[in-house]
Amino acid sequence: MTTPTSLRDIALQALGEIAPEAQLSTLPGGELLQEVLDLDSFDFLTFVQALHDATGVDVPEIDYPQIATLNGVVAYLAERAPVS
Amino acid sequence: MPSLGADMERGTVLEWRVRPGDAVYRGDIVAVIDTDKSDIEVEVFEDGVIERIVVPVGEEVEVGALLATIAGATDAVAVPTRPEVHLESEMLSPLVRHCAEELHVDVASLHGSGPGGLVTRADVERASGTPGRVRASPLARRRARDADIDLASAHASGPGGAVVAADLPLAPRPNTPHGDAAKVAVGRLMERAKHEIPHYYLTLHVDLSVALAWLDERNRTAQVAERILPAAMLLRATAIAATEVDGINGWWRDGGYEPHAHVDLGVAVARRGGGLVAPAIVGADRLTLPALMEALTGIIGRAKAGRLRASEMGEPSLTVTSLGDGGADSVIPVIYPPQVAMVGIGRIAERPWADGGMVGARRTVVLSLAADHRVTSGHDGSRFLRAIERLLHQPEVL
Repeated sequence: MTTPTSLRDIALQALGEIAPEAQLSTLPGGELLQEVLDLDSFDFLTFVQALHDATGVDVPEIDYPQIATLNGVVAYLAERAPVS
Repeated sequence: MPSLGADMERGTVLEWRVRPGDAVYRGDIVAVIDTDKSDIEVEVFEDGVIERIVVPVGEEVEVGALLATIAGATDAVAVPTRPEVHLESEMLSPLVRHCAEELHVDVASLHGSGPGGLVTRADVERASGTPGRVRASPLARRRARDADIDLASAHASGPGGAVVAADLPLAPRPNTPHGDAAKVAVGRLMERAKHEIPHYYLTLHVDLSVALAWLDERNRTAQVAERILPAAMLLRATAIAATEVDGINGWWRDGGYEPHAHVDLGVAVARRGGGLVAPAIVGADRLTLPALMEALTGIIGRAKAGRLRASEMGEPSLTVTSLGDGGADSVIPVIYPPQVAMVGIGRIAERPWADGGMVGARRTVVLSLAADHRVTSGHDGSRFLRAIERLLHQPEVL
């Protein structure tokens, strides 16, 4: 089972490619990613694609609100990421 | 040295991707040029063999200066034939056709797994999974394209020996000095626009419920890589509407209006850290919605990474600026000369909407038009915006 720590790393790595200038190590877990990192809809789609690539988890559009924060992303993936 | 922007005078060669003796084919990227706005990749327009590199890396020359010579097929030089691709066009969408061309797959030999024997993109990609083709995830493929990395040289750690995004190094960041030069260049262009063009402005509030419901349903059953964003629908509707109303799609040159036969749609992209570029989706009126989404994603990705191609930096015939989800409700645009119009798209949000004597909440958007009063008047501009609205109420035809 992928541990929550590495799921967070996966999410941060994906975000780092979209927003390379951001201070991701201090990214607050409960803040809206789109606001904190100034992501547009294309950036967010790239992020969803990256999560799918890294974990095999497909996030349907209806679940986007659940992955709006870093904490949300980690919790969502932890429930669904296949055993590695 | 190509002209990569209306106001470009000089450029510097940053990188050569070919050497004398290399065979090149139409569309291949041969060099990267530094303009004052960003780094642009330059393609060749004919098949041939590189003869001589005239301008070395680091040298700045004027637009029009000879950069390199190519010996073409007419110069008694043997040009290796590019593998031919046979296509049954009735069974292919433009996107699949493009995919087949890129992967050198002979579609005629494929059995289509789609409805009615339709050849799908998956069929093409599966067929090309033979030696020579690199298996890679869609994201890896996209990152490789944005960073110009050859997938064949990447270590593959994904399932089935596929290259995944984690295998690729991050794309090199563009030089930061562009930030200031780019702002100055944009500022100059905006000054010129306000000085030369007699603007008039129109806005239209559009109910997007039908369009977005259609899109949501479509995306629900599509894979992540095939999802389409509302922006693509809005651009598609704009491109089609621009072919229906005269005076919106073209240029003001030599004291008169020159219409363009197709819609080369410029998309204003704000780069992280400042700067604005407006690369063009060539022939946006002729692309299917999925193909337009693909083109748009590529252009936005490359614009943000500072890796746009020369073919994308040609003069658009109409530009669209969208502020996105976090933006203002409406934008009153400034036209990029020598174009004669610009479309603005505000934030899509749930707002009160009156219909049949009742008020409810619907997702709506404010479309705006800035147009050149030497070419059109309020009546024409209104017809154009109403055409976009009409198309958004019939998403199936987009």
